[in-house]
Amino acid sequence: MENKENNKQESKLLVKDRDVVVPGQVLAEGFDFLPSYGTYRDNENILADKLGLIHLEGKVIKIIPMAGRYHPKRYDVIIAKVTDIGMNAWRLNINSAYGAMLSSKEVGGGGGYGSYPQKGNLSKIYKIGDYLFCKIIQVSGQNLVDVSTNGPGLRKLYNGRIIHVNTHKVPRIIGKKGSMVNLIKQATDCKMVVGQNGIVWLQCEPKFESIAVRAIRKIEEESHIPGLTNRIKEFLEKETGKKLDITTKDEKVNNEVKNDI
Amino acid sequence: MDKEAQENIIKLLSEGLRQDDRKFDQFRDIEIELGVVEMAEGSARVKCGGTEVIAGIKMKLDKPYPDSADRGMLMVNAELTPLSNPRFESGPPSIESIEVARVIDKGLREGPAMDVKKLCIEVGEKVWSINVDVCPINEDGNLIDIGGIAAIAALNNARFPAVDKDGKVNYKKKTDQKLPIDDEPLPVTIIKIGEHLIVDPTENEVAVLDARLTFIFRKDGKLCAVQKGGEGSLSVEDIKKMSDMAEQTVNQNRKILEKVLK
Amino acid sequence: MTYKNRLDGRKIDETRKITAKAGVIKKADGSAFFKIGKTWAYAAVYGPKDFHPRFMQDPTKGVLRFTYAMMPFSGMGERVRPGPNRRAKEIGMVSGNALKKVVNLDDFPNAVVDVVVELPQADAGSRCAGICAASIALADAGIPMTDMVAAVAAGVVDDTVCLDLTYEEEHYPEFAKEKVDSEDVADIPVAVIPSTGEVTLLQMDGIMKKEQLIDAIKLAKKKCNEIAEIQKAAIHEKYKGN
Repeated sequence: MENKENNKQESKLLVKDRDVVVPGQVLAEGFDFLPSYGTYRDNENILADKLGLIHLEGKVIKIIPMAGRYHPKRYDVIIAKVTDIGMNAWRLNINSAYGAMLSSKEVGGGGGYGSYPQKGNLSKIYKIGDYLFCKIIQVSGQNLVDVSTNGPGLRKLYNGRIIHVNTHKVPRIIGKKGSMVNLIKQATDCKMVVGQNGIVWLQCEPKFESIAVRAIRKIEEESHIPGLTNRIKEFLEKETGKKLDITTKDEKVNNEVKNDI
Repeated sequence: MDKEAQENIIKLLSEGLRQDDRKFDQFRDIEIELGVVEMAEGSARVKCGGTEVIAGIKMKLDKPYPDSADRGMLMVNAELTPLSNPRFESGPPSIESIEVARVIDKGLREGPAMDVKKLCIEVGEKVWSINVDVCPINEDGNLIDIGGIAAIAALNNARFPAVDKDGKVNYKKKTDQKLPIDDEPLPVTIIKIGEHLIVDPTENEVAVLDARLTFIFRKDGKLCAVQKGGEGSLSVEDIKKMSDMAEQTVNQNRKILEKVLK
Repeated sequence: MTYKNRLDGRKIDETRKITAKAGVIKKADGSAFFKIGKTWAYAAVYGPKDFHPRFMQDPTKGVLRFTYAMMPFSGMGERVRPGPNRRAKEIGMVSGNALKKVVNLDDFPNAVVDVVVELPQADAGSRCAGICAASIALADAGIPMTDMVAAVAAGVVDDTVCLDLTYEEEHYPEFAKEKVDSEDVADIPVAVIPSTGEVTLLQMDGIMKKEQLIDAIKLAKKKCNEIAEIQKAAIHEKYKGN
């Protein structure tokens, strides 16, 4: 009796959208599905190659990473720390696998220092340990990152507090069209700058600083549970006694560039 | 020192606030668990906020030092490795790990935590040698205090291993004989930031301190060790205040420890 | 098959009780502990990050650096003196190699991923426990990897291939309660990539028949598939509710 089985294996999706998956986890069987970022094909199976959330787009399976250091991308706005000073540039730590460079030609006027600093006087402009709100202008093939403080709102940050957050939670901390950041600012009157590299700068009145920090930590911990914005609103209202509105500014919120001055 | 970080913390302190909402004289919650390393002669794990430390006791028979031929030996070591905090480097003991170990050691030795004469088996020939190793798993400040609690808890948890007839230690058999513990010297560290005095500092607070003062108290309330750290100075007034704060705190911590040791 | 009744009553292919947890060291990028019987390993992962000294950098991909250490009170007998130690360095090297096949650091040239493994307690099977903990920690840190790596020590006791030997089994003739036909004992740590079945760690200490080696590896492989599920579950547990 000849086996006239259909040679094409039945394709089967083993996960659903927003499932947490771990490396080596089998996501789908069969050739109907297509592996995208964070997944790979092993014979007829598709497996995950990092910890993250499943994102399905039709037959394409992608992973949104949940962990790992910041991956520099051009045009991202980040908070960098000066670690070294050269003749013409500053070397910066950006909470990534690599450092970044700020050329003296890329210094902005935002800090009141003028656009064309003299050579050799670099430490008078930004010194070691300073935190800079800057923009990534170039990521080269060898992972060399160039940044600039020449742009609206970009500047040295001082008189505030720096906290580190999970870089993958930054979008939730900012919220849709800045709604989350706005809630925190409304409640605490804090100035806030959120770097896409997982560094946040806060300038608050002492009695509100802890509330803002706890709100941010709460967002980090509960980002996966639906209804987050309302929960944060309730939390902030309870802590501050203020009545808050969830506003989504429709202006082009390039994250925090608008929100902080 | 990160001057800005210090300014930010001082700004909070000036309003009576700390980053984690604690009061200036408030310790983080302490959890003590005994015997977590069953194979060692004694052990304890202490968690205090973001700091978590395991202390282990190992014993061996050895020749005593010539100038203390009738006394056993007690040695404290602290292993500060990148496991618990990336600011620790692997390699030879850092000055920080040496200070943590020596301050805890001083408290145990001066207390004295135990009568080391009772560790003598044969004068000049054979004594028990006790090693206390303090290893952080998570580190967020205040290792001396938390390591000190772990060391005492571990010593209390310890039991002598059996010694077989040819005088060799049999590590696989524990007797139920405890160490000759007479006291529980406990350290409390107060730090000064600007003009403010706070207890049980976190890593962020330690990073911006001007000076710190560790007091080690015996059960009867007497001091058995004091150590100043940090590059800043202390006024006599400061020292008086710090000693009072430490005394209040150590009594609370002692109650927590005693509950676990029962 | 003469070793039928294991000293602690386990079946031939049964491991001691395993517990694993991810995210236990807050200041690390990824972390875990893995406990099998009394053997207990913590792993912390830092990176990818800048790699110094410069001359150790690899311009084509990131470097995985594995350090292994036993806490001074962790051993079965006398205190383990802390400090550089040849055995620990060798274990670090073979453990790192066990993981390198699955870890993909192509996107991180010149960077380093540091894996720090330390054991508060070691009762045989310590390097395998270290590798299991490290694997969970690497995944927890978001490091790209094709799969977990699971490891377990197989062994030969009284001519019988079995799994996860304890210290007593490694010294069986001393502790045997029954007549011993063969005094040969072998300890065989094995690490396996579950999805492909590839072996990435293999060592043997002791005396055994050549033919038994393949049986031992097969037994370990089978168990490693189960262990990998425990490792993955540990990560899922951390993100429960997601």
